[in-house]
Amino acid sequence: MRIDKPAQLTKLRKELVASEKNHTKKIMVCCGPGCLANGSAEIVEEFRKVIKKKRIKGFKVEALKETGCHGFCALGPLVVIEPSGTFYTKVKPKDVEEIIDKSIRKDETIERLLYDDPSNGKKIESYHDIPFYARQKRIALRNLGHIDQYKIDEYIAVDGYSALSKVLTKMKPDQVISEVSRSGLRGRGGAGFPAGRKWATCAKADDTPHYVICNGDEGDPGAFMDRSIMEGDPHSVIEGMIIAAYAVGAHEGYIYVREEYPLAVDNLKLAIQQATEYGFLGENIFGSDFSFTLNVSRGGGAFVCGESSALMKSVAGKVGEPRAKYVRSVLKGLYDKPTVLNNVETYANVPVIIDKGHKWFSSIGTSKSTGTKAFSLVGKVSNTGLIEVPMGTTLREIIYDIGGGILNDRPFKAVQTGGPSGGCLPESKLDLPVDFDTLTEAYSMMGSGGMIIMDDETCVVDVAKYFLAFLVDESCGKCVPCREGLFQLHKMVKNITDGNGKEEDLEKMERLSDVIIKSSLCGLGKSGPNPFISTVRYFRDEYLTHIKDKKCPAKVCRELIRFDIIDDKCDGCMACLSACAFDAITGKKNEVHVIDQEKCTKCGACKTVCTRDAIKVS
Amino acid sequence: MKKDMNKLPKILGSHPKDQQSLIAVLQDIQKEYNYLPADALKQVAEYLSVPLSKVFSVSTFYNAFSLTPKGDSVIKVCMGTTCHIRGAGQILEQLEKKLNIHAGETTPDLKYSIEVVNCVGACSMAPVVIVNDKYYGSVKISDTKKLLRGG
Repeated sequence: MRIDKPAQLTKLRKELVASEKNHTKKIMVCCGPGCLANGSAEIVEEFRKVIKKKRIKGFKVEALKETGCHGFCALGPLVVIEPSGTFYTKVKPKDVEEIIDKSIRKDETIERLLYDDPSNGKKIESYHDIPFYARQKRIALRNLGHIDQYKIDEYIAVDGYSALSKVLTKMKPDQVISEVSRSGLRGRGGAGFPAGRKWATCAKADDTPHYVICNGDEGDPGAFMDRSIMEGDPHSVIEGMIIAAYAVGAHEGYIYVREEYPLAVDNLKLAIQQATEYGFLGENIFGSDFSFTLNVSRGGGAFVCGESSALMKSVAGKVGEPRAKYVRSVLKGLYDKPTVLNNVETYANVPVIIDKGHKWFSSIGTSKSTGTKAFSLVGKVSNTGLIEVPMGTTLREIIYDIGGGILNDRPFKAVQTGGPSGGCLPESKLDLPVDFDTLTEAYSMMGSGGMIIMDDETCVVDVAKYFLAFLVDESCGKCVPCREGLFQLHKMVKNITDGNGKEEDLEKMERLSDVIIKSSLCGLGKSGPNPFISTVRYFRDEYLTHIKDKKCPAKVCRELIRFDIIDDKCDGCMACLSACAFDAITGKKNEVHVIDQEKCTKCGACKTVCTRDAIKVS
Repeated sequence: MKKDMNKLPKILGSHPKDQQSLIAVLQDIQKEYNYLPADALKQVAEYLSVPLSKVFSVSTFYNAFSLTPKGDSVIKVCMGTTCHIRGAGQILEQLEKKLNIHAGETTPDLKYSIEVVNCVGACSMAPVVIVNDKYYGSVKISDTKKLLRGG
């Protein structure tokens, strides 16, 4: 069915809302990245089987929804019963029948599947009352967990495509740009460039055609916000892109998705097909003379392709090497034509800004960073998951109030933001408000939204080494400072973790970092030394302990530690012996085991399997 | 190793004759054959009217492509930051030791390949290992045997 007039869309929405109301209860199964990895697809299958078998009066299989990421990934797979918001955690296929019997046929809850409030041990029934959710504000992630990710009708039922209808029938392109500019929306990909200003420059460019591109190459390790949006609410991105295309006069667009996200590619392609059938993509959208087509372009697994000029080369089927920054991609982008490139989360915000107005949006957040920001809160934190908070929320609120503090109550050490281009912030910076400018001033950066929490068992020198190794591997090799400079920097950090560092190395490394930052061609090189700079700034003592005392306080760097078995504690259970892949442990059943230091690679496998805490690291 | 090249014309035919299609064509070939056979690259160059050197350069630039055959089971160990700090390195070491190959290599009997990927976006389940597109979350060292059996 093609929709040509706003009235048709309104009518369809009313019908859809009415038919949704027929479902007195709904089962929402989270099929986000975390829950899928934990087997939520099997749970959906089981629900289908049980619903078919039991034929429940008044309950149709349509009330079973496969949603995008609900957020609280640590407790997945998640099943939510609406409208009560009953929140079932760590659900297994064998729980499905009981959920149907008790919570669908009757109004009972299953205690053992509910969330335990760690502060008082009480069960919380509805997710609305769980602190993890109560302290969030969701704009970009508004539909995740609440609508079926495969159905355009569900998106339409929650006001989807109404912003597009308003834009195409009531607004001129410059009014759209003005609305986005006044909202203060800044690019959510990391750098925080004002989206409205970018759109305005592109719209004014004489050269034609114009293009719009969505950067779905979420390459920062530890980040999955964009993956969750592309998979769980693809239409919000598509709608945002069509609005942008109308504003800047583009008729062709691309969503560039990274190779590692096959599911996002499938869901976006399906969504594009559905939107085309309704006439939201294609010729004469909403009966106007505006036409727009959208394609999915799949990356090839290269981190550098998240950089705008490299990404555009990759879309054109070429090797993704960046070019110098003085040529602006907004004027000479894809095929050297004016191009607007924004990231997934930025586009997902656009329809809401149009619907609710710039004043509403800019009233959220801080004056220079308006709105909200999505983060993937991961690492050594209790409540890992996908979150969205108003800009200006402090790191402490995010980590302790939403994240529930450090895993196993260990001491906090650092929070890493901004991926390989960002930095690690220590405890003393926890009260900083999270916005674009504050984080940059603190020698980290907002980045796309990965927030990785580290405890005292994480070695920051090892983390710096990890990121530098990552960047050495991903550097495209075009410019020397990045290719050779990062290589040397990595070698010097490795020297330190191997126990061969000298004190004067740190100063040399700082000088080298300065050169790399000043002379690299693109963002990858220019921000490449950041993981080193921020860690050496805030954790210099830890570097010095590695260098002078030849010790790793976190007991991570292998050349500086050794593993031993404590005789008094070992009961000879043989667990470590079979876990050791290097045959470094000898001993007999019920006799104390011994580690052969010659063979030991210090991988730590023995320590993770020992139930008696008999493995000592020193 | 003999590969049935008859499927190639169909793959090529499903893409427009344009350099823009290059990465997509190579992805389809990689998916079909588990690697990029040399003959296929020559035919791609001819079909898209792109020099073979360019096809080779794209094939070697992107991590998704391999010029050597992959094993029946491709084991991808995620080495994203979260997986790294939650012990993915140990899991990788165990797998490497058990299969007697390094990451990026394939066992001589073509049964297993080990690959390292930089974050698959399932960080809440770290460490994550993917065996032939099936995800395994919160992997422990004791799970490695299970992974090699294909779950």
